[in-house]
Amino acid sequence: MKASDLKNRFHRWLYEEDGSELDRELEGALSNPSERMQREIDPETFARHEAQADEKRHELLMEEEKNYRRLHDWGMTKGSRLVKNAYRAAAVAVLIAVTVFLIRTVIELPPFGDPNNLYNNEVSARYIEQGIPETGAINFVAGMILDYRAFDTFGESTVLFVAACSVLILLKLGEHEKGEKPTPAMLEAEYDDRHHEPKNDEILQLAAKILVPIVLFYGIYVVLNGHLSPGGGFSGGAIMGAALILYLNAYGFEKASKIFTFKTFRWVTFVSLMTYAGLKSYSFFTGANHIESHIPKGTPGAILSSGFILPLNICVGLIVMCTMYAFYTLFRKGGMK
Amino acid sequence: MNSLFTVIVLSFLLTCAIATCLSRNLLVTVIIFMAYSLLMSIMWILLQSPDLAITEAAVGAGVTSVLFFITLKKIHAIKPEEEEDHHESK
Repeated sequence: MKASDLKNRFHRWLYEEDGSELDRELEGALSNPSERMQREIDPETFARHEAQADEKRHELLMEEEKNYRRLHDWGMTKGSRLVKNAYRAAAVAVLIAVTVFLIRTVIELPPFGDPNNLYNNEVSARYIEQGIPETGAINFVAGMILDYRAFDTFGESTVLFVAACSVLILLKLGEHEKGEKPTPAMLEAEYDDRHHEPKNDEILQLAAKILVPIVLFYGIYVVLNGHLSPGGGFSGGAIMGAALILYLNAYGFEKASKIFTFKTFRWVTFVSLMTYAGLKSYSFFTGANHIESHIPKGTPGAILSSGFILPLNICVGLIVMCTMYAFYTLFRKGGMK
Repeated sequence: MNSLFTVIVLSFLLTCAIATCLSRNLLVTVIIFMAYSLLMSIMWILLQSPDLAITEAAVGAGVTSVLFFITLKKIHAIKPEEEEDHHESK
C-alpha cells in the first residue's frame, strides 16, 4: 500500500467521510458486467483471469480496509482513551489545586464570633447604635438593605428584572388573540403541558385550597413586617410567588390566568420598579444635597414607621413575586395563558 | 448541646452535597439538593440570620427545585406517569 493512499485515507477519515463508501463504488464500477462484455476473448480464460483479478483486488481491498480500521480504531479506542485520561488528570489536578487554595483561605480566616475580628468595626457599630433612630426600622437588616445600602438593593431588583427579561426573550412563545390561529410551537407547548402536568388532581386541589391562602397571607405578613421582624421584600415575595405557583399547579392555566396574566406581570413590575426608583431618587437627592427629607420616621415598632422602608419592601416583594411566577410559567409553557 | 446539633447539621450538609454530585438519577439529585437547601436554612438560623433562612427555604428549597423539575420534564429526564404505568402493566 502506497503512502499517499494512506494519507488520502487518513484525510478522509479526519473529515469523517466514510472510506469504505468509495471502495464499494470502485468495486462496483470494476465488476460492472457491461464492461466485461466489451472484450471478445475466450469466455473461460476471461473468467479465470477475472477470478484471479477479483481475488487480487479483494486482497488489496481487505488490506486497505484493515489499514483503515487500524487507523480508525486507534482514533476510536486508544486515541479517545488518551484524550479522556488526559482530561481526567487535568480535572483532578485543577480540583485538588482549588481545594488546597480554599482550605488554606479558610484556615487564614479570623475565628468565627471573635469580638476582635476586623469586621467588628465602626460601620457595624454605627448600624447597631444609630440604626433605629436613623432609619426607624427595628430589623437592622431591613434598615441596612433598604436605607443605608438601598442603591445596592435597587441594583439587585434590576438584576432580577433583567433576568426575567432574558427568560422572556428565550422562552416566550407569544400570545394569540381570539380568532387568531395559534402557531405550531404554541400548539406543541399546549400538548406538552397537557401531557406532563396534573389536570384536576383532587388531592392537590384540596391541599391548594387550604394552603394557598395561608402561604399567601404569610408572604404578605413577611413583606409588611419587613422592618419589624426577619424577612422583607425578597423573602416575602418568594413566598407569595410559591403560593401562586401552587395555585397554578392545582387549578391550571385557565383559572390562574383570571387573576394573573402577562399584562398584570408587566404593569405590576413596571409600577413597582418605577415607584422604587422614584422614592429612592428622592432620598438620594435630599441626602446628597443635605436637605431635610420631611419623611416621618414614626415610632419604632409601629407598622407605619421607618419612612420609606415599608413601601420599598412592598415594591421589592411585588417584583419578586411576579418574577418567580413568570419564571415558572415561562419554563413550563412559554406563556401565561 | 448546640454545638453537637451544629456538627450533626454540618455532617448532613456534607453528606447531601456529596450525594448530589454522585447520584445518577437527576430527579434524585434535585430532591437531595432540596434537602441541602433546607439544612442550609437551619444552618442560617444557627448562625443567627433568620432573614437568610427564610429566603433560603423559599428560594433554594422551593422555587429553584420547582424550576429544576420543569426543566427535567422538558428534557424528558422524568418520564410522565402514564408511560410508567404502561411499563408496569407490561
